[in-house]
Amino acid sequence: MNSFPATNLIVTAIFILCLAATAAGALIAVLSSRLIRSVCGLAVCAFGLAGLYYFLQSPFLALMEILIYVGAVCVTIVFAIMLAEPDEPANDEKPGAAVLWGTIAVAAAGGILWGLRRLDARANWPVPETVSQSGSIKAIGLSLLTTYSLAFELISLVLLVAIIGALAIARTGRGRV
Amino acid sequence: MNSGPLYEQLQVYLVTAAFLLAVGIYGLIRRRTLIGMLISGELIFAAASLNFMAFNRFTVRDQAVGQVFVLFIMGLAAAEVAIALSIIIAVYRGYRSIKTKELSELSG
Repeated sequence: MNSFPATNLIVTAIFILCLAATAAGALIAVLSSRLIRSVCGLAVCAFGLAGLYYFLQSPFLALMEILIYVGAVCVTIVFAIMLAEPDEPANDEKPGAAVLWGTIAVAAAGGILWGLRRLDARANWPVPETVSQSGSIKAIGLSLLTTYSLAFELISLVLLVAIIGALAIARTGRGRV
Repeated sequence: MNSGPLYEQLQVYLVTAAFLLAVGIYGLIRRRTLIGMLISGELIFAAASLNFMAFNRFTVRDQAVGQVFVLFIMGLAAAEVAIALSIIIAVYRGYRSIKTKELSELSG
């Protein structure tokens, strides 16, 4: 049906690239010792997630992910890093305790993974026969202003309160230091 | 469900979300500065959003519900970051440090 050669292969390759960007960004965000690098990891992770949202048939959320996470959250964290000059302090734990807690953590993670695997093997996710409403931007806008209008107003209130609260907390004590 | 190309399978997205959650919790435990813990918290938010979107795409009839929900999660995450960063700045003013070990009044 597609005239372009190897379309499926290319799309799958792009999908794997998005997965790799998400995973690698998350690992960089957690493992790097300089905080500025972990913010860059968070940005890479957000780009990968935007790709995954695009594959989940939601280009609107893909754009919002880039706009909010890369454009707002990461930039704000970068400003905070420049103001507070944090660096990860050196590891001063005893290696014995690290081995103990690491073993416990790996055992817990393995248990949870096993349980989820069993749950997934047993579960039968129902696939709907018909899609009643498409996920187009028009549909999202309509449901935002009709069905979810109360939540929409509430989140705008939350954001307003957050802005005022952030100003009130960070404003005091400039000369007090 | 186990048919079709890789990007049409629910399990792939679920495993990715679980990986993001695990990495986020690991970072939350391992990090010793407040900003590092905040970044790990953002990863956990992202894992929840990805789960919502995956289930919305594959098992829900009304495709707009999950997108609206994830949009609200993003808004709450942005508000949380604004508040948390202003608290971090205020803490840094008081203690000259945002390392979690040094943020204690009492010694013990």
